[in-house]
Amino acid sequence: MHQSDNSWTTVGRLSDLVVGSGVGARYGDRQVAVFLIPELDDQVFVVDNYCPISGVNIIARGIVGDIQGEPVVATPLYKKHFSLRDGRCVEDERYRLATYAVRVDGDAVQVGDPVEGAGAAA
Amino acid sequence: MTQQNLIVIGNGMVGHHFLEQLAESGQAANFAVTVLGEERNIAYDRVHLSEYFQGKTAHDLAFSTEAQYAEWGFDLRLNTKAAAIDRQARTLTLDTGETLPYDKLVLATGSYPFVPPIPGNDREDCLVYRTIDDLDAIREAASRSNTGVVVGGGLLGLEAANALRELDLDTAVVEFAQRLMPVQVDEPGGNLLREKIEDLGVQVLTGRATQHIEDGAGARHQMVFQDDKLLETDMIVFSAGIRPRDELAREADLEMGERGGVVINDHCQTSDPNILAIGEVALWNDSIFGLVGPGYQMAKAALDTLTGGDRVFRGADMSTKLKLMGVDVGAIGDAHGDQNPGARFYRYTDEISQEYRKLVVSGDGKQLLGAMLVGDNSYYDTLLQYASNGLELPDHPESLILPASEGGAPALGVDALPATAGICSCHNVSKGDIVQCVHEGASLGEVKEMTKATTGCGGCAGQVKEIVDHEMAALGMEVNNNVCEHFEYTRQELEHIIRVEGIHDFHTLLKNHGHGLGCDICKPAVASILASTWNDYVLNPEHVGLQDTNDTFLANMQKDGTFSVVPRVAGGEITPDKLITLGEVAKEFELYTKITGGQRVDLFGAKLNDLPSIWQRLVDAGFETGHAYGKALRTVKSCVGSTWCRYGVQDSVQLAIDLEHRYKGIRAPHKIKFGVSGCTRECAEAQSKDFGVIATENGWNLYVAGNGGMRPRHADLLAQDLDTDTLIRTIDRFMMFYIRTADRLQRTARWLENLEGGLDYVYDVVVNDSLGIGEDLENQMARLIENYQCEWKTTLEDPEKLKRFRQMINEDGDDPYVVTVEERGQPRPATAEEKLERIPAVTV
Repeated sequence: MHQSDNSWTTVGRLSDLVVGSGVGARYGDRQVAVFLIPELDDQVFVVDNYCPISGVNIIARGIVGDIQGEPVVATPLYKKHFSLRDGRCVEDERYRLATYAVRVDGDAVQVGDPVEGAGAAA
Repeated sequence: MTQQNLIVIGNGMVGHHFLEQLAESGQAANFAVTVLGEERNIAYDRVHLSEYFQGKTAHDLAFSTEAQYAEWGFDLRLNTKAAAIDRQARTLTLDTGETLPYDKLVLATGSYPFVPPIPGNDREDCLVYRTIDDLDAIREAASRSNTGVVVGGGLLGLEAANALRELDLDTAVVEFAQRLMPVQVDEPGGNLLREKIEDLGVQVLTGRATQHIEDGAGARHQMVFQDDKLLETDMIVFSAGIRPRDELAREADLEMGERGGVVINDHCQTSDPNILAIGEVALWNDSIFGLVGPGYQMAKAALDTLTGGDRVFRGADMSTKLKLMGVDVGAIGDAHGDQNPGARFYRYTDEISQEYRKLVVSGDGKQLLGAMLVGDNSYYDTLLQYASNGLELPDHPESLILPASEGGAPALGVDALPATAGICSCHNVSKGDIVQCVHEGASLGEVKEMTKATTGCGGCAGQVKEIVDHEMAALGMEVNNNVCEHFEYTRQELEHIIRVEGIHDFHTLLKNHGHGLGCDICKPAVASILASTWNDYVLNPEHVGLQDTNDTFLANMQKDGTFSVVPRVAGGEITPDKLITLGEVAKEFELYTKITGGQRVDLFGAKLNDLPSIWQRLVDAGFETGHAYGKALRTVKSCVGSTWCRYGVQDSVQLAIDLEHRYKGIRAPHKIKFGVSGCTRECAEAQSKDFGVIATENGWNLYVAGNGGMRPRHADLLAQDLDTDTLIRTIDRFMMFYIRTADRLQRTARWLENLEGGLDYVYDVVVNDSLGIGEDLENQMARLIENYQCEWKTTLEDPEKLKRFRQMINEDGDDPYVVTVEERGQPRPATAEEKLERIPAVTV
């Protein structure tokens, strides 16, 4: 990830996260969903909290898991799956979540710009 | 395209089938449909009419409802008779004098019972056996009678005789021919049948012609026969065959058969192409088809004639399989062997077991032309397949009718049948159709629903099950009941592993028995199993990530992302103070309130951040969580029972409250609902619940596996007149057995339907303790009850858990994109358009 130090925004502490699940956070004018996956070496993933299928900020409330090894979150209202890596919807390619650069500095969870190539739904 | 006026005269089985097919064809909109039914009842199952005497109601037998017809857009007029057809003007006059224009007319008037022209046949209590009204009249007359006679020893006559016998009358059957069921069986078969019927206490008189009926000496009537012998009886039921209801067609000068019936072609058109005829009124190739299967096939052909499809009617197999008074009778193809010159016969008679079987084979012995069975119809399916599919007979065809113990050939397995083999002749379902459903993942119940096989005469039920079972077994390697890609186990197997190995968390289970990260299928399923095995707090750190959103937040998320809150109101009983609290909380947090079907109050529109404050207020006022969010016990609905109601015979409210508090919080494969009614009037609608309890003078009747929803199911009576302790012990065992063995998200209704052995098996396990696990089940239930906690109370006491109840971890306040507007004095979610007016478009 190519981020300069001054573009990282701290959205919370590690202790604010829920292990094996997600929480919502404010990032600029957006709401993002932050997931902590213990089985993947405590890796943190950040995607949009806004679900383009239901039009509601609820991605953080979804169950995380994997489909054929791809880490995903299931949207809680309509049970579609979004990749935590690239934000693509597994069942419907029209939908895609923005994914964000993330790092953990000490116990600070820091979010950066949307990852290149990912963005709003087509 | 303008609509054509389509009038269907007759609302019997075939007329209804035509309409159902029309509605499902997607072409109904092309027609303005009027349906005339002479009876007061909507179309019902005449094939199973005798079950009316065994406790089924007109409602149970009905194929549909007036609401369904209305939904289809059909104008249904019951109690209405057609009086005359004017073919020139293309109008139909009703008995009310009203005249309706038609473009197409479908005659589905069926038939009427033939009453022989015997002087005295119109005397009081001389009845027929055809409609529900007829059966009511028979029942009423029987209540005033000691003896009854049925005139006619055919299929319907023997059914009527059985009805009289079950109404506790001394019953006799009088048949003009020399044997019973002359159409279906030959003389040796008829003799055997007669013996069996007489063994049941029914007097059989054959070769008797009734000359007249007059006043009896010891009974209301006496029948006088051709040899001047007399038979006294209080009532008479005529069941001497049927005649087509063809008077409308006759008066309209349509081409008729010599002995009645409206002549139709392969397209079911009469001599006037705008008028079609189907069912027992129609005469095709000089034959009337008095069975429902051919009638249904005509209905389909007629539909295609009207809608441009290509199905036609080219006759039908008249093979029949019956059980009359518990006696099996079957006739296949040319059963008498009189239609095929040169046919040869095999006969097997066993006078000890009272069985008779006959094969009619072609001169070269290679083809089965027909068969006749009395006493044991288990041979029927195999023989029918040989006959109707033209399968070449084995070297010793007689082996097909010899008892298996004597070295007979094994029955023709379903795997030997070609895919084109017809299985259900009522709905034209082939083996291939059934196999395809199974390959698409359908269960037996779903196969029946998808193909309609078994829902006509029901004769194919055994074979359909066999095909489904066989096909599922054949798919053994492919059929995958595994929970998901992360576990190669079924839910039942996972339950067993968790219980036997004492596993308390998902991580351990996944590490030892699965792979990957898990997913939104296996995680909630395992969470449910863990909860119903150990009943730990669901928001413990090791469980929280497994829960569906609703369980995570102990509330039901709605479409706008807000939640609804349902406190427990056990048995639907609530104090005024608690009601006031609910009102105050709703006002303070601006919630929409609605009464639920389970006798509770649902508070909608709660914001995530507000949930803890809302619940603090509720818990302080003495409320507990209602588990509306969980796959768990929901409510125990009750009527007020004996405390207030003059009809009540037990305290249904007290029992409902006790049951609700006993089972609250227990997680199951799916939600569980209870109902308790204080008397047989059943105001709590308990028979539509997973567990229904209905008070009796002596205790409680327990019903199980009822269901409302998409596919409603009446609950089955499991046990009667239980005392309260026995009732609870029985429910404990049943519920725990369901929890252990059901699939994920399988309600009790579907579970029971798919369980091998069905209700009898469950009864054996739960009541007779046939598996010896009764005590184990009770102990597990006791453990769950002991570990109950109000999840909201526990959550409010733990600041760490409350952290999750925030829309954003780095900002206080709610999601600004949740917007409500007011409607009927309450808030509701704003529509997308309303949102655009109030907030800037969401950036994504």
